[in-house]
Amino acid sequence: MKLYDGGKIFIGILVFVAFAAFPFYFNVGKVNAKPEPKVDTPAIQEWEKQYGKKECVESKEFMRAEHMQLLNNWRDSVVREDNRGYISSSNHKRFNMSLQTGCMTCHSNKKKFCDECHNYVSVKPYCWDCHIAPVEKEEAKS
Amino acid sequence: MSMDRRQFLKIAGISSVLGLGATAASATHNIWTKGLDPEQADKNKEALIAKRWAMVVDMSKFKTEDDFKKVIDACHLTHNVPDFRNADGSVNKKDEIKWIWEAPYEKAFPGQDNKYMSEHIKDMPFLVACNHCDNPPCVRVCPTKATFKLANGITMQDEHRCIGCRFCMAACPFWSRSFNWRDPHGKNPNGEPFIKNENKEYPTRTKGVVEKCTFCTERLAVGKLPACVEAAPKGGLLFGDLEDPNSEIRKIVTNQYTIRRKPDLGTGPAIYYIVGGSDHA
Repeated sequence: MKLYDGGKIFIGILVFVAFAAFPFYFNVGKVNAKPEPKVDTPAIQEWEKQYGKKECVESKEFMRAEHMQLLNNWRDSVVREDNRGYISSSNHKRFNMSLQTGCMTCHSNKKKFCDECHNYVSVKPYCWDCHIAPVEKEEAKS
Repeated sequence: MSMDRRQFLKIAGISSVLGLGATAASATHNIWTKGLDPEQADKNKEALIAKRWAMVVDMSKFKTEDDFKKVIDACHLTHNVPDFRNADGSVNKKDEIKWIWEAPYEKAFPGQDNKYMSEHIKDMPFLVACNHCDNPPCVRVCPTKATFKLANGITMQDEHRCIGCRFCMAACPFWSRSFNWRDPHGKNPNGEPFIKNENKEYPTRTKGVVEKCTFCTERLAVGKLPACVEAAPKGGLLFGDLEDPNSEIRKIVTNQYTIRRKPDLGTGPAIYYIVGGSDHA
């Protein structure tokens, strides 16, 4: 096999790789703060006192991995089937399937609960284009 | 490496089979492909249940301009309906969002008027809203099934699915649907927000979706009557199950003479009007 203009091609490939990999070596060594969503609102602490643990709708692991699909299913159930009660598969409690009048009544800290991870992984769910987020006090800036 | 046609086809065939296998494997992951397990979803105990929700509007109970205003404001406040007003207070007809509003007789009941009718009825503002038809043309034309019928007769609207094509607005013979030409979260030139008092228990909408009356499904689900019914003068708006022979509204519809808007179109409106009556006309 004969390669014509090998030099130019390899230089081209090198330039391309250098360009495409820029974000990686640019960020090498820099530590991004790990997202730490907070589940410490007064309502959640109250819940923990009452039930002994912080588990809510489903287990923590399930919610971490599947909350987006759970919310999707909730929305379909509420809007399209008109069924608004959700029975947890982990603790068999009954929950109101609602973002504004369900989830956010306990998780009233949207910035530290939702945005913390969403910003980190740069996902922008459009929930809050319509749904009204709970009012949060601005954190005092030092 | 050289490859003949036969080898290429073999490799392509095997990789597509492997690809299909991967898809099938991921499909077994339940929650992403199926909706909620039916056993995990139910209605609230206090929810109001009906086979066919319907409404009776008794015009004789509405006496003052204020009676109408209260009803309209109650609905629009409950559902965060934006008030797209210009700086001078005027409203562009096109921009207006209305879930329930007033219409004169000849607009509400075209073809059912005559020139000798009492001025009173001619000038009376009729409360009109989505009729939650039996056979709704808006549902038939919706390309995304964003609007659909619930089992209880309500014509529901799923704003998550609405792509803003406005076919439903063209199809609805009652002008019951409004399009958000402007961003409801914006402000008018005077700096007043379009949604003045947000109801934190109900979502808003975005620019580019169609909205309308939902017969307050969210209130029925917690055992409350629709906001307009609560705000209306006593007996002015009646809400109930038309399929239940013992319900108040069924008795009224059976025993009294009621009219509906444009019944000849065959859409089967579920709002019945008592016009005239003892107090009026």
